[in-house]
Amino acid sequence: MIERFGMIGKKVGMTRIYDDQGLATAVTVISAEPNTVYEVRTPEKNRVKAVVMGTGERKASRTNKPQRVAFEKAGRKNPLFLRQFRAAPADLAVGSEVAVTRFKAGQLVDVFGLSKGKGFHGVMRKHNFAGQADAHGSTTHRRNGAIGCRSTPGRVYKNAGMPGHLGLDNCTIQNLKVMQVREGEKLLLVRGAIPGANGSVVIVRDAKKVAVKA
Amino acid sequence: MSAKIIEAIEKEQFKEGRTGFGVGDKIKVFTKVKEGDKERTQLFAGTVIARKGRGLNEQFTVRRISYGEGVERIFPLHSPRIEKVEVETKGNPRRAKLFYLRKRSDMAVREVVETRKK
Repeated sequence: MIERFGMIGKKVGMTRIYDDQGLATAVTVISAEPNTVYEVRTPEKNRVKAVVMGTGERKASRTNKPQRVAFEKAGRKNPLFLRQFRAAPADLAVGSEVAVTRFKAGQLVDVFGLSKGKGFHGVMRKHNFAGQADAHGSTTHRRNGAIGCRSTPGRVYKNAGMPGHLGLDNCTIQNLKVMQVREGEKLLLVRGAIPGANGSVVIVRDAKKVAVKA
Repeated sequence: MSAKIIEAIEKEQFKEGRTGFGVGDKIKVFTKVKEGDKERTQLFAGTVIARKGRGLNEQFTVRRISYGEGVERIFPLHSPRIEKVEVETKGNPRRAKLFYLRKRSDMAVREVVETRKK
């Protein structure tokens, strides 16, 4: 690994795999069709060193016109999902493809996704508050309770836990071990759970907390 | 589509010869045990009282009376640590889970099995 890089994939679902010792590991299956490079951004031109990659195909009628025309001119299909990666591997030119084999079994990755929406929830579910007694004469059960002090400071501190919408947040799980890379099926088996529903788009990146070798 | 991919991955790991028994059967389970750097086979014989889960995650519970004490072991059906499973006698259960056997004494369990055979 010279430089941290990533790929766009799709969460397929979870299962388990056994190793040769007979130990079972819970894994998430990620399907990663080859990503196409749509644009290479350079510090001189775009201020950032980045690569824009896309995957899948979207109907022309559902793509907005400026993009559609741009893709048409470039002779490329309309991607279902387009994303910038802040890295610039030297071998990547516009039009080249990144395959699932750029990840190696055993390495650590960070997986980004949009967590499942859970609707409006109270503080016990949302912030792990303890709530109040169910019995012993208590008439409040699942409320948040006190949220501040008295005339000093005379206001509620920021970030006090309140009820509200839960889920549907950007969420990254760091340091997941890649258990298997399947070239033929274009699959990635990653240890543990990742955010989002089955079928949702996820981004797999080389782990941030693993030092990059020069 | 997604379900098919998962199914394919699980199918690769399925073990042969793990389908011929069910709840109520008396079976022998041969498991591989590691002791130091040696590996030997261990036997656990008893009655299957439950099967749960599906696909690769399926598990079965075996109950036996060992020195007067009831012992249960839960095995993952497709675990590579299981060498083989032998069926001693077929059962004829009237329910999917035989948890009621836990409340019966050893003799009572034997009686249940004996009367069923007739």
